[in-house]
Amino acid sequence: MKTKRLSLMAVALAGAIALAGCSSSDDSGDDATPSEAPTFEAGTTMAELSEAGSITIGTKFDQPLFGLMGPSGTPEGFDVEIGKIIASELGISEDNINWVETVSANREPFIQNGEVDIVVATYTINDKRKEVISFAGPYYMAGQSILVLADNNDITSEDDLVGQPVCSVTGSTPAANLEALGAEVLATDTYSNCLEPLRSGQVVAVSTDNVILAGLAAQNEGEFKVVGEPFTEEPYGIGLAHDDTDFRMWINDVLEEAYEDGRYEEAWDSTAGTVLPYVEPPAVDRYEI
Amino acid sequence: MSAGSSVLFDAPGPRARAISRVGSIVGLVLIAAVLVWAVTILATPRQSGGITLPGMFDESRWDIFAEADVWLFIGQGVLNTLRAAAVAAVGALALGVVFSLLRSSEIAWVRKPVAWLLEFLRGMPVLLMMLFILLVGSTGQFTAVVVALILYNGTLIGEALRAGLAALPRGQREAALSVGMRPFQSKMLVEFPQAFRQMLPIIVAQLVVLLKDTSLGYIVGYNELIRTTMNNLSAYYGNRYLFSLFFVTLAIYLTINLSLSWFARWLARRGTPGTGRRRGTGGPMRPDDTADPVRAILLAEAAATARASEDQASQGTP
Amino acid sequence: MDLIELLPAFWVGFKMTLLLLVISGTASLVFGTIITAMRISPIGSLRVFATVWTEIGRNTPLTLVFYFFVFVVPFFGLRWDWNFYTILAICALTYYTSPFVAEALRSGINGVPVGQAEAARSIGLGFGQTVSLVVLPQAFRMTIPPLINVFIALTKNSSVAGGFFVVDLFASTRTLANGHGDLVIPILIIAAAFYLVITVPLGLLAARLEKKLVVQR
Repeated sequence: MKTKRLSLMAVALAGAIALAGCSSSDDSGDDATPSEAPTFEAGTTMAELSEAGSITIGTKFDQPLFGLMGPSGTPEGFDVEIGKIIASELGISEDNINWVETVSANREPFIQNGEVDIVVATYTINDKRKEVISFAGPYYMAGQSILVLADNNDITSEDDLVGQPVCSVTGSTPAANLEALGAEVLATDTYSNCLEPLRSGQVVAVSTDNVILAGLAAQNEGEFKVVGEPFTEEPYGIGLAHDDTDFRMWINDVLEEAYEDGRYEEAWDSTAGTVLPYVEPPAVDRYEI
Repeated sequence: MSAGSSVLFDAPGPRARAISRVGSIVGLVLIAAVLVWAVTILATPRQSGGITLPGMFDESRWDIFAEADVWLFIGQGVLNTLRAAAVAAVGALALGVVFSLLRSSEIAWVRKPVAWLLEFLRGMPVLLMMLFILLVGSTGQFTAVVVALILYNGTLIGEALRAGLAALPRGQREAALSVGMRPFQSKMLVEFPQAFRQMLPIIVAQLVVLLKDTSLGYIVGYNELIRTTMNNLSAYYGNRYLFSLFFVTLAIYLTINLSLSWFARWLARRGTPGTGRRRGTGGPMRPDDTADPVRAILLAEAAATARASEDQASQGTP
Repeated sequence: MDLIELLPAFWVGFKMTLLLLVISGTASLVFGTIITAMRISPIGSLRVFATVWTEIGRNTPLTLVFYFFVFVVPFFGLRWDWNFYTILAICALTYYTSPFVAEALRSGINGVPVGQAEAARSIGLGFGQTVSLVVLPQAFRMTIPPLINVFIALTKNSSVAGGFFVVDLFASTRTLANGHGDLVIPILIIAAAFYLVITVPLGLLAARLEKKLVVQR
């Protein structure tokens, strides 16, 4: 076992060095390429992953702009780029990232069972979830907003949703917020299922995180619009095992570095930034368990 | 079956045939009219959000199917569906055999708990089972899908096999024991193969259900066919392809399932001895329908229960 | 204690599941009988139509049937405000279930000894009378156990409606499970218990009827 680990590490190191060599001419900080041969304190998750030379990352496969799996076979989006930045800091190249689809029902269990190493999946940090897993970040601050038909001028803010039929996803936080607001919630499995009812008038609006709505609006140009200011704060974090504080703090370091050296902005610009304006990233929260 | 061979009505005379023909033509015209109406509506561009969306048969809603990559991706979904179905089918058959043996065991403390377990598994929605296995059993998506399908379908196949076992003439077992086989040998070598063969139609029908039920794997995020097309591809290429993706998915499923059903029927017709002999004698009204699974299990269960009560009567109730 | 607070939410979903079961169950019984009558009728086109209907229904996954009713059907200008999606879900479940009912009935009819129909025909009854007065009443008795099994399957299948705008038992379970990450396992167990409250008695009833019917024959 140990020799296998060592040889794997040797391969990973050799690969990382080779790749670093290739990219040395390109100092723009290409997030896809491991930039150095990292060394970590033995026994930490970072050391284990780095030695293994591969990482399993859970993300969404059906979230435009953030995590979307197409015929190419590799997912695309902002969450995916964030995952790549973390992997590259571990000396793991893009090809050695094992992407696993996580849906809302299985994010926590997958982390708890070790099915994935980290989850980057438009994953809102909240206290209930913090009881079973931990969050690095936040790396993005989303907020719940409203999508309506482009020619609808009756709905301008969340107050106009009271008593109205609104579409959201079964069991999601936005759905619970809508209930609390007094809207009549129609819930389904995915947000793209909400668009037909919106067209046919069975619901007056779709409501969830602004970035998801922006993705839907961009895919159906001119048909829908996002209205009003976000009325909640949804800090997106990176989910990881509950008691792995070292790993969490290390990811926080990586995020801060990426904020500093422009890799974060670059990741944004190449994905969600094609539709949404760039905003300064939120400060990471180094909370105590 | 031709209309003339049923005992339920006279062989139609010229007038009845004419009426029937007119009725058929009217029916066909009606169906054609409905189809034309549906196609027209689907093809009509519609207004939404102040812009005009192209009709459902517009090229912009179908162009992705010209790309080989898309078909490869869909093919992956089909493979995932078939893979889950194949593994679950083998598992369900094996579990079914085990369940049927335990359930018809002569030891009460084996039989009774198994009966309750079967009742429990039969009554649980597969969706709930998948979610439960995923969340509690700390498994991956594939395992959750497959295990849930094995548990549920294994139960039904087990019940079918048990009915088949019970319906066998008692002489089979007696003969096996009298030539020196142990009870277990008799069960495995003599009784089981016959029960299996008799229950083949219902088992295959259940396997078609199993194949369809792999689509419930969406709940745990297993990328089978429907999730691949209706979720991934429609999210990737945009909502305007939802309709075309739906029809492509439907066509794929019907192709797979209908071939499987036809194969099952062919198998059953070939594998049922005496089908030919019974034809035309005073048996059931539709002698060519021994392939019917529901009927097969109904008859087997009836025979089994009759035998059980017979046994009780002959032994005298304790 | 927390769990007791959750019971009202379960109850809402449970009532919807019961409603789906009762209405789609009744409707599929009606449609299934009509299809069966068509399949054994003298008119060839009716037989073909019923066969096609059954084959498509039996070979389409329920999820796709739901996609059709919830996303394609409203396309044809159908819309009303009262319980729109509940009614569409009932339609989807009815369409999916009626072929299974028809199969159960047809096997029952096949199980009625042919002499019964021959006797009926020989005293001068026509097709309608033979079927409705002699064959169907006997067939129904024979088919009660398999029909109950169809309804058990329907109960469980109704959980798919939870993904399509209907707040049934499964949808409320998912909402509760997502909102109470610490209580996921008890929540799933309670949900299972609610389903079993419907399905186990049905199963036991089927088993009892089966025994009774067989002994009488």
